[in-house]
Amino acid sequence: MWAFRELAGLLWRGLPLDRYYLGWMGNEEGNRYDPGLRITPPAIPVASQYAYAVGLAYASRYRKEEAVTVAFTGDGGTSEGDFHESLNAAGVFKLPIVFVVQNNQWAISVPRSRQTASETIAQKAVAYGIRGIQVDGNDILAMYAASKEAVEVARSGGGPTLIEAYTYRLGDHTTSDDARRYRLTAEAKKWEARDPLVRTMKLLYARGVLDDKGTETIWEEARQAVEDAVSAAESAPPPSLEDVFQYTFEDLPPSLAEQLDALRGERQ
Amino acid sequence: MMMNMVQAINSALANEMEADDSVMVLGEDVGTVGGVFRVTDGLLGRFGADRVIDTPLAESLIAGMATGMAMAGLRPVAEMQFMGFSYLAMSMIISHTARMRNRSRGTYTVPMVLRMPYGAGVKALEHHSESTEAMYVQVPGLKVVVPSTPREAKGLLISSIRDPDPVVFLEPTRSYRLFKEEVEDGPFTIPLGEARTVQEGDDVTVVGWGAMMPLVQEAVEAAEGDGTSCEIIDLRTLSPMDSDAVVRSVQRTGRVVIVQEAPMTCGVAAELMARINKKAFLSLEAPPERVTAPDITVPLPKGEKYYYISPDRIYDAIVRTVSF
Repeated sequence: MWAFRELAGLLWRGLPLDRYYLGWMGNEEGNRYDPGLRITPPAIPVASQYAYAVGLAYASRYRKEEAVTVAFTGDGGTSEGDFHESLNAAGVFKLPIVFVVQNNQWAISVPRSRQTASETIAQKAVAYGIRGIQVDGNDILAMYAASKEAVEVARSGGGPTLIEAYTYRLGDHTTSDDARRYRLTAEAKKWEARDPLVRTMKLLYARGVLDDKGTETIWEEARQAVEDAVSAAESAPPPSLEDVFQYTFEDLPPSLAEQLDALRGERQ
Repeated sequence: MMMNMVQAINSALANEMEADDSVMVLGEDVGTVGGVFRVTDGLLGRFGADRVIDTPLAESLIAGMATGMAMAGLRPVAEMQFMGFSYLAMSMIISHTARMRNRSRGTYTVPMVLRMPYGAGVKALEHHSESTEAMYVQVPGLKVVVPSTPREAKGLLISSIRDPDPVVFLEPTRSYRLFKEEVEDGPFTIPLGEARTVQEGDDVTVVGWGAMMPLVQEAVEAAEGDGTSCEIIDLRTLSPMDSDAVVRSVQRTGRVVIVQEAPMTCGVAAELMARINKKAFLSLEAPPERVTAPDITVPLPKGEKYYYISPDRIYDAIVRTVSF
């Protein structure tokens, strides 16, 4: 269950990149995921998806499935009431769920220090009676190890874990944001060296798994994949008038059918 | 069996839980104590704690948890202890419960029911007398159902549980134990989205729903004593609204009085009047009337009589309309 900065996880899971772009281009068709992927669509109100994450986890345990629910949010999300209500309930019901907080230090323009007086986000787990761990979020292997352990604990009936991934938002919040208005460029610069991609690349070079030629191939493949996905998303047809009505209910109620009919006869 | 509304709702829940292990009940105090109104009494013992879930005291969580359970294919029936507490869950209900089908293009659906006792006239604390159904009617993707009798409550609740979309099921607190009627022990359904003609008449159509129906009945009896023939319609599903049933009736009677417990402005009555004006304009013999609460906060019990609709006010409106 992604918030909105989990593209890597979605791709790993198998979501086609063009579908992801289509969603951000303003077409709900982008959220039509293959049900087998078990990904929920984006939840824009921050951390609100934590509440239905609890329900999904409850259902999979009730059905005696092996599934573990993994729900993401950011440091800003930890201030929301739903964050509290959901971690609290997940602890009470001891559910198979992992809460991952990408603490990237900035919720748009508001620093982490304005979200909580707690020294860490991970320590909030103590109050809910669940496991909590603060991880170097820029260390891919550390995140892998912590996540794997959390999932195993959840699957074996050990209950939820809160993972605080300590990281940094290198870019602006969105393309319409300008981070220079609220933070020092030097601060971001300092974090660039710890970029998880750079660090992983260094590790792979040191282990002899990757070299310049390999890096070049990866970049070329990525560039091509992005270009293909963008053109596929751009060439997707816009929704029809019927499309914007038909997913309100399973069956269109008469009064809604009437509104659809009326719109057909009017200028759009 | 003779049942009051509490027993009828309990019976609906028990029937559905018996027939389908994906039906679950969750909310504050719904388990051990059987709910503050005892609507879920006995279910914990019969169906176990996995399916009759006492949750933490957190309305947004309850609505969200039920939403997630429904997305996973269960059929949760969540209880908001009082409608006035559902405001804490409205963000969840509006943002996710109602929209998940649309957002995911039908990949995820939310076949859940949110039961809540609503309404005034019960001499309760603040927040325990709300009837803000119009707020829910405004939300695309939600169905809103309000039963008025025990048998109606059972049939409509079973339909709501089986419905593929989320249903806000408003239970008139005042009618919970007001009277008993014969209700089938086994499961049966009353379709959503269809108004019920309680009695036929020629001079005026009187429309209401939920806790207003016994008051409508009383007022109509008085009007009929004067020789006025009244048609009574119980709207019973506010969304989707069966306005066509009302329109057809008004086309025949030419007069309409709509009785709404809630405050006046932008209420369900207003929408109904708009549709009547559009579709039955040339049949109207008098301006459509509505009897509603004023646009004020529900007063505490000492001042409630100024707010709560009396049969006399409904009777007066019928007389005004008929003598226009």
